[in-house]
Amino acid sequence: MRRSLAVLFQKEVADYLHSWRFPILMGLIALTAIASMYTASQAIQEAVNRADQPLGAGYLFLYLFTTSDGRLPSFLAFVGFLAPLLGIGMTFDAISSEENRNTLIRLLSQPIYRDDIILSKWLAALAVVTVSFLALGFFVIGGGILAFGILPSLEEVARMLTFLLLTAVYVAVWQSLALLFSLRFKSGATSLLAGLAAWLFFMLFYPMIVNVVAPITGQGSVAKVLGEISRHLWLSRLSPVFLYQEATETLLSPDVRSLMPITLEQAYGALPTPISFGQSLLLVWPQVVTLLAMSAVLFALSFVLFMRQDIQSR
Amino acid sequence: MAPVIHLENLSKSFGPLKAVQDLSLTIEEGEIFGLLGPNGAGKTTTILMILGLVEPTSGKAWVAGFDATREAQKVKEVVGYLPDQVGFYSDMTGLENLKLTGRLNGLTEGEAEKEALLLLQRVGLQEAALKPAGTYSRGMRQRLGLADTLIKRPKIIILDEPTLGIDPEGVREFLALIRELSREEKLTVLLSSHHLHQVQAICDRVGIFVKGRLVAQGTVAELSREILGEDAYSLTIAGEPLSEAILQAIAQIPGVTGLRREDGTLTVTAREDVAPALARTLIEKGFRLERLEPQHYGLDEIYHRYFEGGV
Repeated sequence: MRRSLAVLFQKEVADYLHSWRFPILMGLIALTAIASMYTASQAIQEAVNRADQPLGAGYLFLYLFTTSDGRLPSFLAFVGFLAPLLGIGMTFDAISSEENRNTLIRLLSQPIYRDDIILSKWLAALAVVTVSFLALGFFVIGGGILAFGILPSLEEVARMLTFLLLTAVYVAVWQSLALLFSLRFKSGATSLLAGLAAWLFFMLFYPMIVNVVAPITGQGSVAKVLGEISRHLWLSRLSPVFLYQEATETLLSPDVRSLMPITLEQAYGALPTPISFGQSLLLVWPQVVTLLAMSAVLFALSFVLFMRQDIQSR
Repeated sequence: MAPVIHLENLSKSFGPLKAVQDLSLTIEEGEIFGLLGPNGAGKTTTILMILGLVEPTSGKAWVAGFDATREAQKVKEVVGYLPDQVGFYSDMTGLENLKLTGRLNGLTEGEAEKEALLLLQRVGLQEAALKPAGTYSRGMRQRLGLADTLIKRPKIIILDEPTLGIDPEGVREFLALIRELSREEKLTVLLSSHHLHQVQAICDRVGIFVKGRLVAQGTVAELSREILGEDAYSLTIAGEPLSEAILQAIAQIPGVTGLRREDGTLTVTAREDVAPALARTLIEKGFRLERLEPQHYGLDEIYHRYFEGGV
C-alpha cells in the first residue's frame, strides 16, 4: 500500500467510525439479525425435526440464517434486503461531501495520486462493512452455540464465512454504484435518492419486468418450457439482487443441487444427500464472479470519471 | 535570482469561453507577486494551471524547474496552495487537520505533530489547536490554511484571494504575516486579489488581469507612472508663505510637472518621487513647512482604468 493511500485510508476509517451514519445503518442490520435469529430459534423445533431427516442432517447452524417462522423474514432475506442500503449509505456522498466542504481541492493540491483519494474511500467503506459483517456472523454463531449447546462443524463454519464474505462483495457492488452517483451529482440528497431509486428498482420492479418480458407459462413441450425458464433466469441474473440470492441460498442450503431445472430423468438414481461445501461453491462460482465483476466495473467507471473531472474554479 | 514560476503563452478555454489567453509571466525567487483582477478574470484558472490541476489548452507552465502539466506531483511537493474557499474537516481539530496534510507530504506522525504545533504557534492559533476546525471563524480558517500550506515546507506559496471576507484589522495582520514568512523563509509568494488597496502594500510586483489577459505588470509605482504618465506622484504642502518666489523655486525642481493652489495648500504633481528635493528647497527658501504629505499613487485611477473601464 502506498504511504498516502494508507494515511487516507486511516482517516476514512476513522471518519466512518466517528460518524453517525455507520452506527445507524449497522444498528439497523444488527437489530434485524437479532429479531430474525430470535424467531428462528423459536422455530428451531421444526428445524431440529428437519435436521433429523437425512437431507439436512448436521446443518443446524445454517438453519439459523435461513429459517423463519413466517412472522419475520429469515436473516438471509433481511440481509439481502438491507445490505444494498448499507452500501449506498456508506458512499453516496463520498466525493460530493469533500467537494461541498471545500476539502477536495486541498487534498488534490497535495503531492498524492488522485486515485488514492477515491480508492481510499472505497476501500475504507469496504473494510468497515466486511469487519462488521464478520463480527455479526460470529455473534450469530456464538449465540447458536449458547442456544444449542453444540459446536458448528467445520463445513458449516466455511459456509457461513463464505456467506459473510459474499455479502461484503454484494455490499461493494452497491457501494461502487453510490460512489459513481456521488461523483455525478454534486448534492448528497440527489445522489442518495438516485441510489435508493436503483435499490428499489432492482428489489421490486426488475423481477416484475422480467416476469413480463420472459414469462414462464409452463405449457407446451419440455423443450419449450426449459427454454422459457432459461430465458427467465438469464434475464434475472442481470440483477445483483438475484445473483446474491441465488448464491447465498445455495451456500447456506447444502441440499440445493442445481440452479437450473432438473428433469425427472436427471434426478433418477441420485442419492438424496446434501452436497459438499466445495460443490456448492462450484455451483455458485459464476454468480460470485459476476458480482465481483459488477463491483469492479462500477468502480472503474467512477475511477475514470474522477480522473477526468476537471477541477472547476468556483 | 532565478525564475521560480515561468509561464509561456498559457491559454485555457472552457468550450467557447476563453478563461486565460496567451499568458506569459515570470516570477523570481523570493518575490511577492500580486495577481490582480476583477472576479472572473481567470486568476483562479491560472493558479490551477500552475498547480497542474487544470491542463492548459496550449502553452507551458514551469514551476521550480518542473513542467506543471507533466510533473504535477513534483510541483505539488514544492508548492503550498491556499484556495479561496478553504475547507477543513470540521469534526477534526486544527491540529489534526494540519497533521493529515503533513503526513500526506511524507512526514511521520511525530514529525507532523511537532511541525504542526510550531506552525499553529506561528500563525497565532495555539489556543485553538485542539478545537474542532468547524468552530473556527473565517479569519482563523484563513490562518489555519496558511499553516496548512507551510507544513510541506514549500518553496512557493500560492494564495487565492487570501483576504476575502476578513475584517480590515485581520487583513492587515494576515498580510503582515505573509510578508514576514516570505522574508524569513525566502518564500516566493503568488497571491491573487481583486483588492488592489489591500495587497499593494506587500507586493513587490503586481500583474493586472482582465478578461483572461494580463494587461500590465510591474511595481505599483511603475504601473501608476504608466497610466498616469507625468502626474504619477502628487504631494500636498501646507505652510507659510505661499509666495510667487516659492512657487517658482518648486517649479524648477527636476521632475515636477505641475502646481495647484487650493486655499492654503499647494498640490505638487511630479513624474517621480520628489519629496526630499522639495523639502530641501522649501527649507532653504525659509518656508515654514507645516505639512508635506505624499498622496496615494493614484490607485483608484489604476483600478478604474484597468478593471472597470477596460483597456
